[in-house]
Amino acid sequence: MSDPLVKVRNLKIGATVYPPGERPRDIEIVHGVDFDLAPGKVLGLIGESGAGKSTIGLATMAYGRGGVTITGGEVWVNGRDILKSGLRDVRNLRGGEVTYVSQSAAASFNPAKKIMEQVIEASVEHGKYSRSQAEERARALFAKLGLPDPDNIGNRYPHQVSGGQLQRCMTALALCPEPDLVVFDEPTTALDVTTQIDVLMAIKDAIRDTGVAALYITHDLAVVAQVSDEIMVLKMGDMVEHGQTDQIINAPREDYTKALVSVRSIEHEEKKPTPDPVLRVQDITARYSGTKFDVLHNVSVDLHPGQTLAVVGESGSGKSTLARVITGLLPPRAGNIDFAGRSLSPDLAGRTREDLRELQMIYQMADVAMNPRQTVGTIIGRPLEFYFGIRGSEKRKRIIELLDEIELGKEFMDRYPAELSGGQKQRVCIARSLAAKPKMIICDEVTSALDPLVADGILKLLLDLQKIEDVAYLFITHDLATVRAISDSIAVMYQGKVVRYGTKSEVLSPPFDDYTDLLLSSVPEMRLGWLEEVVAHRKMESAGN
Amino acid sequence: MIANTPVSALIGLFLMALYFLMAIFAPLIAPYGMAEVVGGVWEPASANHLLGTDNIGRDLLTRMIYGGRTTIFIATAATLVSFTTGSVLGFFAAVAGGWVDQVLSRFVDLIMSIPTLIFALVVLSVMPVTIPVLIVVMGLLDSTRVYRLARAVAVDIEVMDFVEAARLRGEKTRWIIFREILPNALSPLVAEMGLRFIFMVLFVSTLSFLGLGVQPPAADWGGIVKENKDGIVYGIGAALWPAVAIATLAISVNLVADWVLNRTTSLKGGRG
Repeated sequence: MSDPLVKVRNLKIGATVYPPGERPRDIEIVHGVDFDLAPGKVLGLIGESGAGKSTIGLATMAYGRGGVTITGGEVWVNGRDILKSGLRDVRNLRGGEVTYVSQSAAASFNPAKKIMEQVIEASVEHGKYSRSQAEERARALFAKLGLPDPDNIGNRYPHQVSGGQLQRCMTALALCPEPDLVVFDEPTTALDVTTQIDVLMAIKDAIRDTGVAALYITHDLAVVAQVSDEIMVLKMGDMVEHGQTDQIINAPREDYTKALVSVRSIEHEEKKPTPDPVLRVQDITARYSGTKFDVLHNVSVDLHPGQTLAVVGESGSGKSTLARVITGLLPPRAGNIDFAGRSLSPDLAGRTREDLRELQMIYQMADVAMNPRQTVGTIIGRPLEFYFGIRGSEKRKRIIELLDEIELGKEFMDRYPAELSGGQKQRVCIARSLAAKPKMIICDEVTSALDPLVADGILKLLLDLQKIEDVAYLFITHDLATVRAISDSIAVMYQGKVVRYGTKSEVLSPPFDDYTDLLLSSVPEMRLGWLEEVVAHRKMESAGN
Repeated sequence: MIANTPVSALIGLFLMALYFLMAIFAPLIAPYGMAEVVGGVWEPASANHLLGTDNIGRDLLTRMIYGGRTTIFIATAATLVSFTTGSVLGFFAAVAGGWVDQVLSRFVDLIMSIPTLIFALVVLSVMPVTIPVLIVVMGLLDSTRVYRLARAVAVDIEVMDFVEAARLRGEKTRWIIFREILPNALSPLVAEMGLRFIFMVLFVSTLSFLGLGVQPPAADWGGIVKENKDGIVYGIGAALWPAVAIATLAISVNLVADWVLNRTTSLKGGRG
């Protein structure tokens, strides 16, 4: 084997933390990680948030982001230890030998400059190409990455292309200076599943064609399995397991890896619809004030008591708008909503306290759904006080019961949201809705912002609570794996319309309509070769077979 | 606690404490009565009169101490008026939105389009100049600036999911303003409070200097400058002492306000 392109030895990275009310202190966030990367190979770094995967990725550019410093170890790139290199050498390395693709292309591109200018900037700055050569190379890369109109797309501004296209432009930006290594930091995480496939395939082809080595950072094992040769599993700054992709996916050795591989293995027996739905949405048409088009067209769905209706769709499909209509935040233009056998007032002001109590909501971002200046006790206790007038020691007792239901101890009562982890925050939000003893809870992408294992815990908790409290969930999500895991019936939404609706078994059995087929086939599966199969299948279909 | 506090904040805290204690205990500290004539005109500093005497032979140190009391009292009271009015209206406009917000905001714009000092002079020239009137006029005029800040901060908080959650729970506007928004808007408001207080000190001093503020024989720093300004021509520095006092108070309050802002933002996870 030839010399590795990248050789990382005993890499240690530290950061300063600012705990509330205490003095800042230094902690170690990566505790001695080793790996080699041969030229042209792809190493997947996988782990949950806080695992240190992005930090390690950036260390291969001798860079520590936002108060993070590399405290020890060696990082060899092209035969030299870049941590000991001077500033001038590091400058040549960054954007020349090693380039970076970030998670949010929209936040990384300068909105005031045209795409082409930004794509060729590094190549020209480093003197690798003249301006015209670099532009020619960029156009070739645009074509290779499957961008429409590759000759002219560079003349557009970042806001004039879609999210998936911009992510591919960013890949072109990274590949333009002919680097030896590209660090991909969650490049497809912010994209819809159907877009993710195109970007993944484009990245994979580009890596193969240019022979560049890559570090592919993601939290999604199914995605990394499609593009990488090797996978390294990280947890809390330590290496857990490192091996060939095949071995990690099919024969993981460590328990943690096994847990990651088997995530979303929740089994949920489908319940049959009842004659009296708790929520009946009929022919809802809605638009936002000041706009001229409807975001929901004649949407009708039923939710049965103690059951889960999953509303699934991609961004812009109108699923969150549906939630706003049901909660009364956005009165519909037409249609009506029956809830628990009575007709609901279309706007919030017209609803009784009983209506509000029985219809609760849980949000995607738990950290902004809780007032940062209120303790967990206040947050959970308020609905008790507000709806039932429970105060004092009785309230305290009930809060402890609720904390127990969400598997947290009573010591959490006096904590502030900032002192909780992401999963704990979401649990507190669940307890807050349960405190109202609702008949139905709207869950708006409640697991999307969480790590897979934590999300699994939340889903299990929700299912358990459904059995105990007999509450119905309207579960809004873009993630079909979640839908499979918990729903009783499913509504697939596309461009403001329900394109497919029925019980879980009906919706997930063929024959499919075109959109559901596309959506279902786009969900990454945890096996090698899945990406190629899907892409080949689609080519066949578009060729008319 | 003390070890974590930056030197600048310590200096600010020390001077601020000094001025405020002086203001509170003025009658105990001051060597002579406030309007008592105890010597000749503009006597130089001596053991009996540490800062000398003023234009009609009153002890300057005594005048300064009582002047500080008046100035600081008026400025504090006016700041409180301005903050209560400005922030409550600002939060209300942000939470209510729609035409309520439009009417309030445009009215505030209208008031702000008239220079504050001129507006105050006009109002005070038709109204009796007493200390309560002074406080209310200054406080209300200044509340326009607090209104703008409070509204801007509240609009940002208002779109957070926890406020929506409170609305969906059926909470009334009063709960949303005081329990959901106010605690999260405090840190920028507290920092602004320091700056507004200083502005009030300058404002009341200016009014007194122009003769429409605190009325003689009561002492205040702006008034002392006015009374002694003619001495400057003869090389007598009596008018400089209140100027120095205003400047040092301004600086020290600013230092403390900066520190408070840094501390409270780092509490929320920022790095100040």
